[in-house]
Amino acid sequence: MTESSSTPERYSPLHAIHVAAGASFTDFAGWQMPVRYSSDLAEHHAVRTAAGLFDLSHMAEILVIGPEAGDALDYALAGRLSAIAVGQAKYSLLLARTGGILDDLVVYRTGEDRFLVVANAANRELVARELLDRASPFDCEVFDESDDIALIAIQGPRSLEILDQTVGIGVDGLAELGYYRARSGHYEDVHELLIARTGYTGEDGFEIYCAPDIAPAIWEALAETGAGSGLVPAGLASRDTLRLEAGMPLYGHELDQHTFPVSAGLGRVVALAKEGDFVGRAAIEAGPPADARVLVGLSAEGKRAGRADYSVYCSAEGGDPVGRITSGALSPTLGHPIAMAFVDAAHSAVGSPLFIDVRGTRIDATVVPLPFYKRESK
Amino acid sequence: MAEQSELQYTAEHEWVLVDGTTATVGITAYAAEKLGDVVFVDLPAVGSAVAAGTVVGEIESTKSVGELFAPIDGTVLEANDAVVASPELVNSDPFGAGWLIKVEFTALPALLSWDEYRALVGE
Repeated sequence: MTESSSTPERYSPLHAIHVAAGASFTDFAGWQMPVRYSSDLAEHHAVRTAAGLFDLSHMAEILVIGPEAGDALDYALAGRLSAIAVGQAKYSLLLARTGGILDDLVVYRTGEDRFLVVANAANRELVARELLDRASPFDCEVFDESDDIALIAIQGPRSLEILDQTVGIGVDGLAELGYYRARSGHYEDVHELLIARTGYTGEDGFEIYCAPDIAPAIWEALAETGAGSGLVPAGLASRDTLRLEAGMPLYGHELDQHTFPVSAGLGRVVALAKEGDFVGRAAIEAGPPADARVLVGLSAEGKRAGRADYSVYCSAEGGDPVGRITSGALSPTLGHPIAMAFVDAAHSAVGSPLFIDVRGTRIDATVVPLPFYKRESK
Repeated sequence: MAEQSELQYTAEHEWVLVDGTTATVGITAYAAEKLGDVVFVDLPAVGSAVAAGTVVGEIESTKSVGELFAPIDGTVLEANDAVVASPELVNSDPFGAGWLIKVEFTALPALLSWDEYRALVGE
């Protein structure tokens, strides 16, 4: 989804810091966001081996508050959000009535009657509108707080020690905070924070939600504390290769309104067992069209990567495409090309030999399980 | 490494260093910066004929694919094997060790001066 060209450019509260750091910028859903600071490969490796600092202030935050907020989200989204505990987070989907995906989101339960829904920047208006509409029969209110919430992520194996040592950030029991858990904290004792052990890189890490006016101070405190531990600011280019290696979908690439969750490997996200109706239920129960393609991982040798929209074939020459790549790159961590692609079900089994048309040359590829990269568990 | 002001340029962000009838060709720092970290370079074979304005190679970064256009008609005298082996040279030294090909030519087309190129990229 793209904004019209007449939309004024939007800037993160951290923009001046990025400019001072020499970042290159890219338009992302109407926002001017850092694509890289110096080297996207160096930023990628820093996140895998030490830590990276990401500005995600463009993302959308929508609050759903009220006695029936959980029920409203059970109806509005694919998962059973009423079942998560206070302090817990859950990955979920906003489905179309036709069963396709309108956005993927993370929902945090921040209080008994309080949920924070974090959506993609490009889908902010749509998600806010749909939540407002879908929640209207329930006793709750929906507030689009995106303009009043900034988001900083620290990702990588050294995230915990850096966050723990950063003066000014006060949060209890950081080390014990589980994956997909969040708790409130403070910056300099007065400013409220939400600190979550979530991320989009395949590494351990945290996401910090705060007011825009204190975001620069938090960013600089983290950057200063982490500098000796290998922390670097990291742009959207490295974020994209990191999430690709981790097999995480990106809305607009792997997910769209024509793709059913099950086709994208997200069948587990849809809680068909939950009581009551939810938007998209009937279509999901009927299932995707019989000829719907399914998302697979592709691995290749050499250095030439298949990229988004490249065709996938089942033979070295001739024939019609059996699939299409949605994201692809030369994996910085693994050193060989990787891609996610939607392919005909007949060619989706792990080990299936396929061919990627790289600008006129077909290169050998093999269907492999996702994710491509998984961090070593401690 | 030549001074940037002494090189000539194309609108496709190549630089050209002319020495007699040999032109050394690379991509500009501006182009390398826009591409991001270069991870793969595909260059034309030595001895192959190239025509001005046609695609003769590829420069891939983690994020995107850039095409190498021949700035002149001629024959490839040399391709930079060092850059094929170490594509990061395109980023670290685009006007020096990151050169791409040397082309023997007979006629030099009109190219951009450093000032004209800087105006083109808005610097």
